[in-house]
Formats: sequence, structure tokens, C-alpha cells
Amino acid sequence: MADKAEIMLEIKGLDISFRSAGEMFHSIRGVNLVLRRGETLAIVGESGSGKSVTMKAAMGILPDNARINAGSILYRPEPGSEPVDLLKASPKWLRDNIRGKSIAMVFQDPMTSLNPTMTIGNQLIAAIRAHEKVSRKEAADRAVTLLEEVGITEPERRMRQYPHEFSGGMRQRIVIAIALSCNPSLLICDEPTTALDVTIQDRILELIVSLQQKRSLSVIYITHNLGVVARVADYVNVMYAGKIIETGTIFDVFYDPRHPYTWGLLSAIPDDASGEELYSIPGTPPVLSKEPAGDAFAPRNPYALEIDFKEEPPMFRVSETHYAATWLLDERAPKVERPKALNDRIEKMKKEAAEYVR
Amino acid sequence: MSDKKEKLLQVENLTMRFGAKGRQNTVIHNVSFDIAEGETFGLVGESGSGKSTIGRCILGLYEPCGGTIRFRGDTLKPGEMRREIQMIFQDPMASLNPRKKVGDIVGAGLDIHKMYKSREERSERIGAMLERVGLSRVQADRYPAQFSGGQRQRVGIARALIMEPQLIVADECIAALDASIQAQIVNLIRQIQRETGTSFLFISHDLSMVRYLSDRIGVLHRGFLLEQGEPGEIFANPVHPYTRNLLASIPSPNPIIQFHPETHYDYETSGIVYENGTWHKTGDSDTHQVLCTNEEYEKWGIGK
Ligand SMILES: Nc1ncnc2c1ncn2[C@@H]1O[C@H](COP(=O)(O)OP(=O)(O)OP(=O)(O)O)[C@@H](O)[C@H]1O
Ligand SMILES: Nc1ncnc2c1ncn2[C@@H]1O[C@H](COP(=O)(O)OP(=O)(O)OP(=O)(O)O)[C@@H](O)[C@H]1O
Ligand SMILES: [Mg+2]
Ligand SMILES: [Mg+2]
Repeated sequence: MADKAEIMLEIKGLDISFRSAGEMFHSIRGVNLVLRRGETLAIVGESGSGKSVTMKAAMGILPDNARINAGSILYRPEPGSEPVDLLKASPKWLRDNIRGKSIAMVFQDPMTSLNPTMTIGNQLIAAIRAHEKVSRKEAADRAVTLLEEVGITEPERRMRQYPHEFSGGMRQRIVIAIALSCNPSLLICDEPTTALDVTIQDRILELIVSLQQKRSLSVIYITHNLGVVARVADYVNVMYAGKIIETGTIFDVFYDPRHPYTWGLLSAIPDDASGEELYSIPGTPPVLSKEPAGDAFAPRNPYALEIDFKEEPPMFRVSETHYAATWLLDERAPKVERPKALNDRIEKMKKEAAEYVR
Repeated sequence: MSDKKEKLLQVENLTMRFGAKGRQNTVIHNVSFDIAEGETFGLVGESGSGKSTIGRCILGLYEPCGGTIRFRGDTLKPGEMRREIQMIFQDPMASLNPRKKVGDIVGAGLDIHKMYKSREERSERIGAMLERVGLSRVQADRYPAQFSGGQRQRVGIARALIMEPQLIVADECIAALDASIQAQIVNLIRQIQRETGTSFLFISHDLSMVRYLSDRIGVLHRGFLLEQGEPGEIFANPVHPYTRNLLASIPSPNPIIQFHPETHYDYETSGIVYENGTWHKTGDSDTHQVLCTNEEYEKWGIGK
């Protein structure tokens, strides 16, 4: 967790709407986020809260019906270089310098990033040769090594196969291999290991960590798997309804969560003790075709205060690294305890951690 | 396996190969397991190990190259599709036609199998099914884009349930959802099961969910079923080196405690030849079994 490494990516006040079926949906409502060089930042949160859209904005690949209302995404390609606002950069510059070069992205659905009519060997070779002047033979050797690195057995035979001949998880690993082939400075992974079993996931995470050490790669990791977050990330951002509602180190967020949405999310993880119903947050996420009055989470929040229905909470500071957008942190708010089941779980985790360290 | 309840599905020596003649690749090797009525069988294992292929064979989407699949004692013809066996897909977004109203998506199976006498009956059944899965009747006239991820997954469940299936194959049906919605869907599956006694083949990489939801678990690797047993047995006492490696790799949601397997299990260098294995009871119960040779049985200290 390098203390004061240089800021490589800074998203400020990002605000995006979509036009859909004649209506405007306000999907991203002021996202702020900072990533320092060499760090891993995880984004978790509600399905549909805007995690993928935020990253697509950074890559300049928003769909046509998206409209950027405000904000900037400042990116420093090289250490010490002047930051560039990716939202103002020309599509050509983004294509030539950023996308699949300095920033590589692994998408949620691997099928969308593979060409179904080309063998995966040719796709890898093309990706490698797009960035470096190497012979076909050399690129092919590198491709085989990459496939091995992401855990594909018999890589030589697999090179000659087409995407549909692979299982879902194998395709995802190929996409990861292609992303890594261009030596990116920033790797954005959108649910990269959802389709993978835990052993392969573990290997991919290790691979990413080792690349991080070798080439000070920075990583943004979007995932629903809180175990993966705990394993790979330095910092976590929790999103709800187009906003980041809690941010902190993994220790801040897992051992001392402050936002009731984060409480709900952590409570939903199945415990070892089965049998009982799993906790799930009541209600449904808001439809952002009209602005929510007050806090977007208020209608589902058992701890909502009166003010939550009237005014949006700002980000309150918990510590230098830890912030949360909930009125519960206002000094005038009544003292509210975390749900007991979650508190018990956190105490248990802390105890286990203390024993583990010893 | 469990003799208390009748066996609903029996898969025996299922074998599946892909590829042109001469350079065929066997991806499922003599896999056998069964699912009792009302039971959830969790299928876990490496990506590419053949879980979806097994599911597709059961659904009749692939014609198996060998073995038999029996449903209520009837042998399914290769490629035979049964109304009683339905599927919930992984990606709720991609599996729903965006131009069709949700009511028509849910009712599609009814239309195909002519399962109603009048328009009124049709819309009544669709409406009742939407309520069943926690949606409202008025949502029948909306399009998938107007639903959240969790709601779309509910539509997928409603589409399967309306056929009154006895077995649902759920292939990675919660992977794309956040933890709270996953919990919601898993609770819904359990509720449906309590009320209707539907059996599930639950395919997932999320081992903590599989553990939570399954009555029995099967571990698949390279097309071989290696170990099966109740969740308590498998998690407390995994026997096969592959299973042990798999369980050791589960990331913990406790940042400080991150176990890694000491070494990665590598079939090529493990000295294990899956073809040579036969089923051995582990001694602690009838349900917990492992595929191995007699020598491996001794070596892994199973009989103790
Ligand atoms: N092409 C589009 N047209 C209209 N709305 C869209 C489009 N793409 C995304 N949205 C909306 O933007 C919001 C954010 O979507 P996004 O894909 O970023 O969610 P997410 O947080 O990545 O969710 P998940 O965890 O399910 O992947 C959603 O409400 C979605 O409906
Ligand atoms: N249509 C096909 N043609 C050729 N090979 C196939 C086909 N479908 C699957 N395979 C192969 O069969 C094997 C098993 O694939 P399957 O999709 O069943 O794996 P899986 O266990 O579901 O993996 P995942 O967890 O990644 O979804 C893989 O090696 C895959 O390449
Ligand atoms: Mg997404
Ligand atoms: Mg699969």
C-alpha cells in the first residue's frame, strides 16, 4: 500500500445519463475516485449501480445513447507525465494510445471481446504484434507462454481452436491473456473471474499480483465476490445507484463498515453455519428516471433518518482513508449500532485474524 | 444414493466427445450420479471440466456418446427434451429477448406445449407465476430492460417454473449478481423447493453458495467425477487431492486471513490416473465416496 505513490487515475464528478425508451436515466450521479500507481482498487456494489459504465467512460467506449453531463477522468500514462482528461481526448488518440495499450480491460462477457471466426492463436498473435514489432514465430511463442500463465493446458493444440470450442471460463482466461499481452500500465478487470473456478481464480489473481510487482501495474477490479476483494485489493469503493457511498482500505470496509448498504452487502455472504435464510437487503434498487429525493438508499434502509428522505448525505470522513455517505455519521445523528449478526461476524473475523497473525 | 427418497434422475456412465472423427476429444468420462426427488445436487469443478456439458446432456441439448440418463426410471433418448426438466441460464440479460414483453417470455413454454385452454388462463398463470417469484402481475407488460439484474434472474426462474418441472438445471445462475441479490435468489430457490419438491442440479463456482444450498456435492475434474458426498463431509474431510486443492483456494472475506494452497494441484505430475480409479466409500458414511485406486485409498489414509 505505497503511501504516497503518484496519482495515475482520478475521476472527478463523473455524471452520465442514458436515453432509453424515450426516457432519460441518470445512471452515474457524481463518481469520484482516485487510483495511485501500483495500487489495486476494487469496486463492489449493487448490480446496475454503474460500475461497468464508469469504467467504459474511462475507456471511451460508452454506447451511443449515453450522455456525459459533467466530470473529468484525469489519467497519467507515464510516471511523472502530465495528466490527460480522457473524456476530452479524441477517439483516435484513445484508440492509438490508450485502449488495449496503456489501459487494458477485461470485460464481463468474454464472448464480446473475442472474434468468433478467428482461432484464438491468431487473435493472440495479432494482439501481440499490434504493440510490438516481433516476428510471427516469436509472437506465437509468447502466446503459448501467456496461455500457460493463465492456466490453459495443451496451449499448442488450443491455439488452433475457435472461441466456441472453449468453456466459458477458458474463454475468460484467453481474454485475460490478450489483455496482458500488451504490457498495460493499468488493467481494468470487470468481473474477470466470475466464470472461473477458485483454483484458476487463485492462479490468475497471483499472476496479476506478480505482474504488479514486476512492472508496477495498477489494477481496478470490479467484482461481486467479496472474498476476492479481500484477497487482492488495497482499497474498496462501494457503489449504490450511481454513486460511491463508501470508500476505504479493505481493513476499513471489512472490519469497520459504516454505510447501511455496505452492512447489508456484507451480511448477505453465506456463513459457514447454513440452514437459516440468507440475509438480503429488502426492496428493489431505485429506477433513476427521476431523481431520488434525498438518499437513494433511504427507502430500503432500515436505519434511515428523516433527513435521508429529504437531502442527499455528503461523504463524511471516518479516518484519513475511510469515508462514507450516510447521515448516520453526522454529529447530530442518533447513535446507531450495526446489525448484531454482522457485528458478531466482524468480531469473529477480527479474532480469527488476530490468531492467524500470531 | 439417499434411499429415503426416490431417485428422480440417474446418470450412468455418461460419456461425451467433441470434434471430428479421428481427432475426437473426450470431455466427459463415464460420469455417474443421481439426484433424488426434492434434492439439490451441487456440481463443482474447474472451468472446462465439463459441468455445463453434463447439464446440456441432461437437458437434451447434446446427444451423449455413451451411457444412459434415466428420468423417473425412463431412459431418455439421446437429445430428448422433457418438459419436466428445465434450465435457468447464467446471464439474465443475454438470455432474455429484449424485444419481448416479460409476460410473453415467461409464457413461451406454455405456448410451445399448448398448456392452456384460453387467453385468460394463460395470463392468469403468467401473473400467478410472476407473483410466485416475487414480481408483480403488472410487470408482465414490461420489457427486460426495465428490470434489474436480480429481477431478470427472477424472470428466468419464472420461465422455468411455469413448466412445472421436476428438475431444474441451474448453470451459474447467480454468478453475475451482487451478494444481496444472490442471497435473494438462493432463498427463492429454497422456498420453491420447500413448496414444490423440485430437484435442482446446481452448477456453480461459488463453493460457499454450493455448500449452503446443496444436499450433496459432486466434484468434477477433466470430465471425471472424483468425489461426492454431503457438504459437511466434503468440506470437513475432503479426500481427493484435487478437492483439497479446490477448497484451499476459496478466498476468504477476511482480509488478513488469506490461505493459499501450498502447491497447485497438477494432474500431469500428480501420478494419479483417473481412468484407473473406482468408487471407494470413505468410511465415514455411505454418501461420501471418492474415485481412486486401492493403493491411493491406502496412501491418502482414507480407511484410517
Ligand atoms: N446501453 C445502455 N442503455 C441504457 N441504460 C444503460 C446502458 N448501459 C447501462 N445502462 C444503465 O446504467 C446503469 C449502470 O449499469 P452498469 O452496467 O454500469 O452496472 P454495473 O454496476 O456494472 O452492474 P453489474 O454488477 O450487474 O454488472 C444500469 O442501471 C443500466 O441499466
Ligand atoms: N461445442 C463444443 N465443441 C467442442 N468442444 C466443446 C464444446 N462444448 C464444450 N467443449 C469442451 O468441453 C470441455 C468442457 O466444457 P464445459 O463447457 O462443459 O465446461 P464447464 O465445466 O462448464 O466450464 P466453465 O466452468 O468454464 O463453464 C471443454 O474442454 C470445452 O472446450
Ligand atoms: Mg457490470
Ligand atoms: Mg460452464
